[in-house]
Amino acid sequence: MEHDLERRRLLRGGLSLGALTLLTGCDISDGDAVQRALAAVSRWNDRVQAALFSGTRLAPEFDEKLAVKNFRYNAWYPADKAPKLDADTYRLKLAGLIETKKPWTVQELYALPQASQVTRHVCVEGWNMIGKWTGTPLRVFLQRVGADTSARYVGYECADGYYEGMDMATALHPQTFMAFKLSDEILPRKHGYPFKLRIPTKLGFKNPKWVTTIFVTNTQPHGFWPDRGYNWFSGS
Amino acid sequence: MSEGYEEQRHHLLLRIAHWAQALAILIMVGSGWRIYNQEPIFPFRFPVELTLGGGIKQTLSRNNDPGVANAIAWHFAGMWLLLGAFLLFLAYGFVSGHFRRSYVPVGPKSFLRDFIAAATFRLPHTLGVYNHVQRALYIGVLIAVLMMLVSGLAVWKPVQLAWLTALMGGFQGARIVHFLFMAAIVGFLAVHVALVALVPKTLQSMVLGRARALPHGHAAPAGE
Repeated sequence: MEHDLERRRLLRGGLSLGALTLLTGCDISDGDAVQRALAAVSRWNDRVQAALFSGTRLAPEFDEKLAVKNFRYNAWYPADKAPKLDADTYRLKLAGLIETKKPWTVQELYALPQASQVTRHVCVEGWNMIGKWTGTPLRVFLQRVGADTSARYVGYECADGYYEGMDMATALHPQTFMAFKLSDEILPRKHGYPFKLRIPTKLGFKNPKWVTTIFVTNTQPHGFWPDRGYNWFSGS
Repeated sequence: MSEGYEEQRHHLLLRIAHWAQALAILIMVGSGWRIYNQEPIFPFRFPVELTLGGGIKQTLSRNNDPGVANAIAWHFAGMWLLLGAFLLFLAYGFVSGHFRRSYVPVGPKSFLRDFIAAATFRLPHTLGVYNHVQRALYIGVLIAVLMMLVSGLAVWKPVQLAWLTALMGGFQGARIVHFLFMAAIVGFLAVHVALVALVPKTLQSMVLGRARALPHGHAAPAGE
């Protein structure tokens, strides 16, 4: 009986593999075995991308004139549903392998030393847009709060329930910014007020808005879209 | 031996490389069309039934995603199959002398000659010998696959390989190059499959490794 079940399961596995070559669309892609195989290749691609990544190679910077003023809004819900964070009550929480976990106010964040970048935002959907962001290199912030930068990952959580994370090499990249301004204006509500992480070496969905928590960890943080099948590393 | 017969033989390695590329190209085009549909370059989308990436309604309700995640997963798995099969095909072609024997010489003059003959249905097919239109197409599609790999890298890594992306006119330029060579490969596929349908023996040799046929207008040699 048990043996028979096992055999049937094997047969079914064989059939779905056979179906792979037929490429009939829906059925193959939704099969669990295929999903597992694709996820395994995606994890392999994470490692390939981490190896390709250089901590010193900079994303191309552009002339300020090319920066788009009316930047595209993108999320799984409309802009009027975007979180509305209050400067008086907002606190950035710190967690994990960080020495000083005192929460940060908007005023304290905005008092950090700032720089600007004009870089290209590339969305996993295929569109791209050049923007000008101003803020603090995350590396400076991590050092200031005594983060263990020998840890493997930095994760973040957002006011809209979004969550993501990145490898430490990317977190320490000189162009990975806590961005407070877009086009020289304080970040508008729909673009992540009071701040977003701007990571020009990652696809757009790795650049979170309305960040409320930053944590340092040795366990690979989950990501909202990676949990829904997108590649975790998603480096550019 | 097979005197009087035309014969075509394909080494096992070449057949593996050929069919692996065929499968990889179907995966890459199917998933690529789904990815394209999310942000079209030109004012059209591909029919969703022809794309690869799972049921759209399912993933929309489950993940808020129209199967693009799945299509990308296919695409970035298929690329390894394509790369491997392409390199195997090239290695075999160069090392065995297959390219030297069968793909060259070919030039614009001889191409035009054979093209006109083919267009007026006067080009006889000799099993095992590639006419000059065939030669140009086979060389062309290999170049197109190479360009797909290169432009794909430029789209995938516009920061780490910024010089390559710049060479293609930036990120959107690289997307367009990637699209155009896709179109070239799909065009090749249509012609290739149609011609195989006209000369089915070529399919037999690409599957079984060997096919024989009588030359055009010749009766079977005595004794066979």
